[in-house]
Amino acid sequence: MSNLVEARNLTKHFDELVAVDSIDFDVHEGEAFGFLGPNGAGKSSTMKMIGSVSPLTAGTLEVLGMDPAHDGPKIRARLGVCPQDDNLDQELTVYENLLIYGRYFGLSRAVIDERATELLHFAQLEDRRDSPVEPLSGGMKRRLIIARALINQPTLLLLDEPTTGLDPQARHLLWDRLYRLKQQGVTLIITTHYMDEAEQLCDRLVIMDKGKIAAEGSPRALIEQHSTREVLELRFPVGTQEINAEHLEDMASRVEVLPDRVLLYTDDADKAHAAVLDAGFHPESVVSRRSTLEDVFLRLTGRTLVD
Amino acid sequence: MTTLVGSLRVIEAGARVYRRTWRGSVISTFLNPILYLLAMGVGLGELVDEGSGGASLDLPYLTFLAPGLLAAAAMQTGAGDASYPVMAGIKWRKTYQAVLSTPVGIRELLIGHLGWVGIRLTFVATVFSMIMVLFDATTVTEGLAAIPPAVLTGLAFAAIVTAYTARLKNETGLASMFRFAIVPMFLFSGTFFPIEQLPSFMQPLAYVTPLWHGVELCRGFALGIDFTVHPLVSIAYLVGWMVVGAILAIRILRRRLIA
Repeated sequence: MSNLVEARNLTKHFDELVAVDSIDFDVHEGEAFGFLGPNGAGKSSTMKMIGSVSPLTAGTLEVLGMDPAHDGPKIRARLGVCPQDDNLDQELTVYENLLIYGRYFGLSRAVIDERATELLHFAQLEDRRDSPVEPLSGGMKRRLIIARALINQPTLLLLDEPTTGLDPQARHLLWDRLYRLKQQGVTLIITTHYMDEAEQLCDRLVIMDKGKIAAEGSPRALIEQHSTREVLELRFPVGTQEINAEHLEDMASRVEVLPDRVLLYTDDADKAHAAVLDAGFHPESVVSRRSTLEDVFLRLTGRTLVD
Repeated sequence: MTTLVGSLRVIEAGARVYRRTWRGSVISTFLNPILYLLAMGVGLGELVDEGSGGASLDLPYLTFLAPGLLAAAAMQTGAGDASYPVMAGIKWRKTYQAVLSTPVGIRELLIGHLGWVGIRLTFVATVFSMIMVLFDATTVTEGLAAIPPAVLTGLAFAAIVTAYTARLKNETGLASMFRFAIVPMFLFSGTFFPIEQLPSFMQPLAYVTPLWHGVELCRGFALGIDFTVHPLVSIAYLVGWMVVGAILAIRILRRRLIA
């Protein structure tokens, strides 16, 4: 398996701010690779360096076997980029957005027409081909941005926070499209601060915090390595989470106190639940669930992903 | 991809966007020259010609005024296309970000942007010149000769205004630019009256404005009259503004968009 991206000691400073702090990672051909972390973790800065639109401060980066500093245009010719912000041309129609973008890659009109038909079908926007972009819903605009990013049949697709701001239905529709791309063998790099998105889409991911990589692996391996199988969430009356948690320490392998609930990390949530009730505690609500990447993040950084 | 090819693609995109947005600007392209020439040239011009102006200008006021307005229209088109649309590309719509994620780079983006503004200027200046012919303010040949200097004037402004806009955090700086730079130049750079009419301490100021050189060139070519300074000096001066503006714009855009 060859690497489409190789980063060693990759570093990015903005004046005094260290956005990316000497990170190493590889992205393999054909996989969906994720950067999971809260806002400000350095995910987008990393993405821009891979996208060859932001010079490195230090370290080395190889994208598609080339150096972004020297071969930026050649690299970008083979990338698809879905930015975090909607940067469609609002004055143009759906089709015209694909057309002018395709022309930037030097594609002929005939090739663009043929691909636009396929891509609008893929993005479920066929009946919007000649509509202006401006009145489209958030989910439609996102799908159009993805269709646009595919116009040059990229080897590598970069998705920066692809579902931020979308409603649940639109998110699932988008995930389904991205999953199909993965099946077709397109290599995906995704940044997200949604742990469910990372679990759904990524074969492998790194957890980023404050410009550094805190952990790396498949979603399953990360959970196995850094968390217990199950979690029991207990909600106590407002302001009493801490006091109650003190007495729960020996009922779980680890206890985390959040402002609104207490998390008991255990391999058997039902057994822990019984023990809590036996000991005379009366939480207002109880939820037992499997561990997620959110728990891994909490374990590694002491903070939650979404504030 | 060469710089030329990339720039041409940006020009092409500009043309495609214009196909959707031309209605707003094309009306003013035709209407503004007619309104200005009627009000200032014919209306005010009759008073000027009958008063003391007739003796000191030694040509009809309308004829004197029209090439000045041509240069001023080019300035306004160049500055206009390099202000709010550039702000939209950088900040409001982020379309520049989309362009830069393709093989097209900053230099091609800027040259293509100026190239498209140049095409728009050619259209605006041609319409203006031909309306001048209709008002009998110039001949067809001389009117055509005044188009290149008008386009150059517009490009000088487009380049430097793009650089200025690229530095701005928000659009309040654009309103100030029009209020404190573009409008005063429009009024005091020889468009409406020879700058010899200005108080003597203001005259050197008028000489350094790019618009005065644009007005000089347009007037000289459109009317076939003598230039105050050698036309090559004015051409070089405007080319200088354009080149320096373009270099600054590339640098500032690079710092802003490829951080």
